[in-house]
Amino acid sequence: MATEELKPLPLVRWETPELTGTLPVHLCSESDGPRNTRRKLTAGILLTALAISLLGMMLASAGIGQMQLTPSEVFASVMHRLGLEWGTLPAQQHAESALWAIRFPRVVMAITIGAALACSGVLMQGVFGNPLAEPGVVGVSSGAAAFACIVIVFGLNFFGTWTVAFGAFVGGLVATALVYATARSGGRTEVVTLVLTGVAINAVGGAVIALMTFLGDSSSREEIIFWQLGSLNGTRWDNVWVAGPITVVGIGIAFFFTRKLDLLALGERPARHLGVDVEKLRRQVIVLVAILTSAAVAFAGIIGFVGLVVPHILRMALGPGHRVLLPASALGGALLLLIADTAARTMVPNADLPIGMLTALVGGPFFFWLIRRTRKGAGGWS
Amino acid sequence: MSRRVVMQAHQARLELGGREILSGVELELYAGEVVALVGPNGAGKSTLLSALCGDTRLDSGNITLHGVTLSGWKVKDLARLRAVQMQESNVSFSFDAQDVVRMGRAPWAGTSFEDHDDEVIAAAMQASESTTLAPRLFPALSGGEKARVAFARALAQETELIMLDEPTAAMDIRYQELLLTRTRERASMGATAVVVLHDLSLAAAYADRIVLLDAGKIRIAGTPRQVLQPHIIEEVYRHKVAVIEHPESGGLAVVPLRPHLNTRHGLREEFV
Repeated sequence: MATEELKPLPLVRWETPELTGTLPVHLCSESDGPRNTRRKLTAGILLTALAISLLGMMLASAGIGQMQLTPSEVFASVMHRLGLEWGTLPAQQHAESALWAIRFPRVVMAITIGAALACSGVLMQGVFGNPLAEPGVVGVSSGAAAFACIVIVFGLNFFGTWTVAFGAFVGGLVATALVYATARSGGRTEVVTLVLTGVAINAVGGAVIALMTFLGDSSSREEIIFWQLGSLNGTRWDNVWVAGPITVVGIGIAFFFTRKLDLLALGERPARHLGVDVEKLRRQVIVLVAILTSAAVAFAGIIGFVGLVVPHILRMALGPGHRVLLPASALGGALLLLIADTAARTMVPNADLPIGMLTALVGGPFFFWLIRRTRKGAGGWS
Repeated sequence: MSRRVVMQAHQARLELGGREILSGVELELYAGEVVALVGPNGAGKSTLLSALCGDTRLDSGNITLHGVTLSGWKVKDLARLRAVQMQESNVSFSFDAQDVVRMGRAPWAGTSFEDHDDEVIAAAMQASESTTLAPRLFPALSGGEKARVAFARALAQETELIMLDEPTAAMDIRYQELLLTRTRERASMGATAVVVLHDLSLAAAYADRIVLLDAGKIRIAGTPRQVLQPHIIEEVYRHKVAVIEHPESGGLAVVPLRPHLNTRHGLREEFV
């Protein structure tokens, strides 16, 4: 029997529409429509608000720093580049060149990496069926970082500017596959196993990084340390040209998995009963998580907790449906990381704080709260 | 009843951890019938069901659906042919009950049947009396409520085969009867239903055929009257039972004998 011939056995006519006896009052047909409309409205408002905040923050962030520019000057500069003679250009000397050579690549990179990390969090949580799964927590980030360190220290250069990114991808892939293979059994992920696997992988990853720090010369050593803490300092356009396309394509592909990830929330067998090829979905999502995470790690180092905090908060506001959660998380992650990076480079005058430290400072306590809250609510995750 | 064979198991054998869970299972399922799988704990009911729905591969023998081996069907096409309600339903994230029922429509996404989604979901929820649960978060529902929503999801899939693994375990009397009435109605619309049940009286009341499993083999399969004979039940379940006929409806009820209740009728010595 071919696919086209399969037809549903219609459900609409019931021979005995109601059993004998009194039935409870049915509320659905009336309350159902407004509820769905309200949900769509909330999603629309939130997505728009996130997008507008992100645009506003981009203009503001590009203007903040040792050289202060107003958002309207930044806007005018962008418009002039696009060939539109709107507004007044920044008056300061070299402002234009500083803006385009230093600030903008960093702003775009922050957005890219924030979106990539938040989306890989969403994907990972979806495929593990667990809100604790996050690239940093389970060790994917440190796996990617370890391999990237190896590439740096041994001066490998087989893919030009893409070599570090490629190394990070291989590391991320190995770590994700390892976590998946060990933490899942019988179609479910136990939290304890998941977190312990993360501990083990983080330990090995940390050891490899330490070894590379030991082996490397002083310049690569500096590079490693700085980048272990996470930083966007010194981002250039050619970095953006690598990380940006990977992230955009990766998130684009992720949209094809949203419906299947919803079904996977029912568990593996029920998802299969509904037509999801679970094995295939798993493999595809794991590769995608590794791609997105490594794109971020390769250029900004380990920035934890973005993939944990952003999806979780948005899930509370929007519900768990991946079709809305994914774009919202991309925007939310971009906004959060841009704010964090702006803080990192402006909080202390003449110093660039490591951004990974900032996100961990906020994300760590959040993680703690998340554990307590879930334990109280549902007796744990397992 | 039209005797169109929908599914066929031939010499089905399955091992788990070196132990034979199913052996030599021969079973034919026809369109328009309700088949109850019964048997003691560990007899292989759930394993047989999971083999029939294509989740567990046989070690030897084969199961065919419309003449094609189960493993030869695409996962996607199978989802349009059979719906499954598992013993327990859990959802990892806080989807509400209606979202969960809507997931049952996934196999028809991208076809013209998708247009009826809302209608079918409403009908399925009404049929399982889970309409009022629609806005509630699935993880916060009680066991019986979850089972009703899971049943609605299976109905919403609109398949010709419906497989239910102990669907009534967490349900009260009203919903037990409701669920099996709806299952019978689906059968009268042409569907085939396979239901794992523990309650033999429920099986007697709603099944066209009962398949009694014992230690991985089919002990006997046939009409409730053929299967529910006291000596067979007592042998398989290792407990004395009485099979009584309801004075009005004529339906069968299987009642375990409870020696401690029998003293006042002077029947005690029979069991001593």
